Formats: sequence, structure tokens, C-alpha cells
Amino acid sequence: MIKFYEDLVVGEENRLGSHEFTSEAIIAFAKVYDPQPFHIDDAAGAASIYGSLCASGWHTACVCMRTLIDWRDARRKEAEARGEPVPVLGVSPGIRDLRWLSPVRPGDVVTFYSKVESKRETKRPAWGLVGHCTRGVDQTGREVLSMHGSVFVARRGG
Amino acid sequence: MSLLYFEDFPVGEIVEFGDRLVTAEEIVDFARQFDPQPFHLDDAAARGTQAGGLIASGWQTASLLMRMCCDEFVLRSASRGSPGVGELNWVKPVRPGDRLRARRTTLSARISRSRPEIGLVEFQFEVLNQDGATVMTQKNVAMIGRRAAAEAAR
Repeated sequence: MIKFYEDLVVGEENRLGSHEFTSEAIIAFAKVYDPQPFHIDDAAGAASIYGSLCASGWHTACVCMRTLIDWRDARRKEAEARGEPVPVLGVSPGIRDLRWLSPVRPGDVVTFYSKVESKRETKRPAWGLVGHCTRGVDQTGREVLSMHGSVFVARRGG
Repeated sequence: MSLLYFEDFPVGEIVEFGDRLVTAEEIVDFARQFDPQPFHLDDAAARGTQAGGLIASGWQTASLLMRMCCDEFVLRSASRGSPGVGELNWVKPVRPGDRLRARRTTLSARISRSRPEIGLVEFQFEVLNQDGATVMTQKNVAMIGRRAAAEAAR
């Protein structure tokens, strides 16, 4: 979200970008953070309830974050090129209902979308709190991830 | 070491585990890959932001909790993964040099209706730093195989 708090409209949705999950990246992430057999080994994945190697859900969530940041940085550069003021980035207090709806397998290309769900002012005059629904959809149109989150967004007058 | 099944996670049980030092280098490495925002990349740049200094990506803290869980119980359990996380709250920043540990409380446990060979265990996790302060909380459901199903398959 590169807009100021005041300029965000509840209901607006942005396509953030796409990412292909490779076998190498799935295994590299899992070896550090989530070394369950079905995330680090093809044969163990095939024998598991997932039927193949699949990405750690945390890997999918982290890639979603990266895709959001890249999208936001691109919008920021465009705004700066137009000479427009750009808001300071805020932090996120958390998320809820993070769902891993179906496994992400090697070769899957996931496209992420984020929709503004709510806005509210906070005790801090410089910041508004924006609720969003962010989801990932694979190349077959199947949802693989969805979550509801909130993030502090700078106010124009802040 | 014997495998842990659904039955080995009684409701109300509280367990503490893990001791994970978080370094500035790995905060920056993670951020370069997954969360390249100024307050996760560079301490000097972070001082001018809402974070007030270099802090770990919340996704890194969540991923580190997953790893601590793997080392403590997931890898020696009949884990079948997880359908998702009900709540994830980033309560306080994680900064370079912090040592993290986890506290796990079992909130509820039930047998899956669609797959009676597995149970669904709801955990509440708190990630604590070296001062005992909670930096992150998480509630999630884990799918864990039942002992009876495993024994019947033998």
C-alpha cells in the first residue's frame, strides 16, 4: 500500500505479482525453518498425505510478503518519479485466519492479491490502521493461501 | 525416542522449549530474501522509522517458532501438517541479540470428522525473549496422527 491512509478505499484490490516455487527454494527454506519430511524430500513428500514435496506454509507466507514489498516499492518509485509525496512505511501488529488451503508444489506459480477491508484511526495521530485480506492463487486458479492482516499506514497530515 | 501421537498432547498441558539467538546478520539475510523493508535491513535506516532500530521481520519470528517446534516435538510426532493459523500477533519487536524461547499451551483436541485417523490439536504459542517478555503469540491447529490408527496399520 503506497497510498496515504486517507486515500485508501475499502474494497479496492491490487494484484501484487506472481512467484514460481522451485523444488530447490522449497527445500532450502524448509531446511532452515520447517524441516518436516514432506518439505525437504521428494520421496517423503510422495508418501505423505500431500502426495508430493510441498512448500512450508511459512515459505508461502514469506513469499507473499516479498511480493507485497516488491509491488509497493514499484508503486513508490512511480510516485517519486511523478514528484508525489510518499507515505512512511509502518509495521504490522499481526494477522488472523491465515489459511493454507492447498499445497504449493514445485513448479507452481502463485499470484498474490491484496484487498483493503477496513480502516480505522488510531491513538497515534500520524498513523491509521488498515485491515486487508491477502490471498495467493496458483496457476490453475486454486487458492493456496489467504489471510486477514492489519498494517499501520501513514496519514497525510501526520 | 518413541513417536508422539495425538493422544500425547493433553488439553491444558504447558511446555516451554527452545533457546534461539537471533543475530543481526540473519535478520538482514532473511529480510533481503523475504521482507526488504528499511527497518529489517539496516540499523541506521531503521532508527528513523516507527521501529526505532533494526528489528526482525515478523515472518522470520513466526518461521523461527516453527523451527523451535520442529526441534522440540513436530519432527518426532506423527505430524500431518497444519491447515492454518487462527491468530498471529507481533507484540514486541525482536532485535539483534535477542534469545527466543517458546511456551506451548494445548487449548483443545478433537478427532477429525473427515479423517478419523488423525486428530486436530489447537495450540497457543507464546514466543518469549531473554527478559521474559512476549514478542509474538500464535494460535494454530496441528493435524497429528492417532496412535490407534498407527497401531492398526502395523
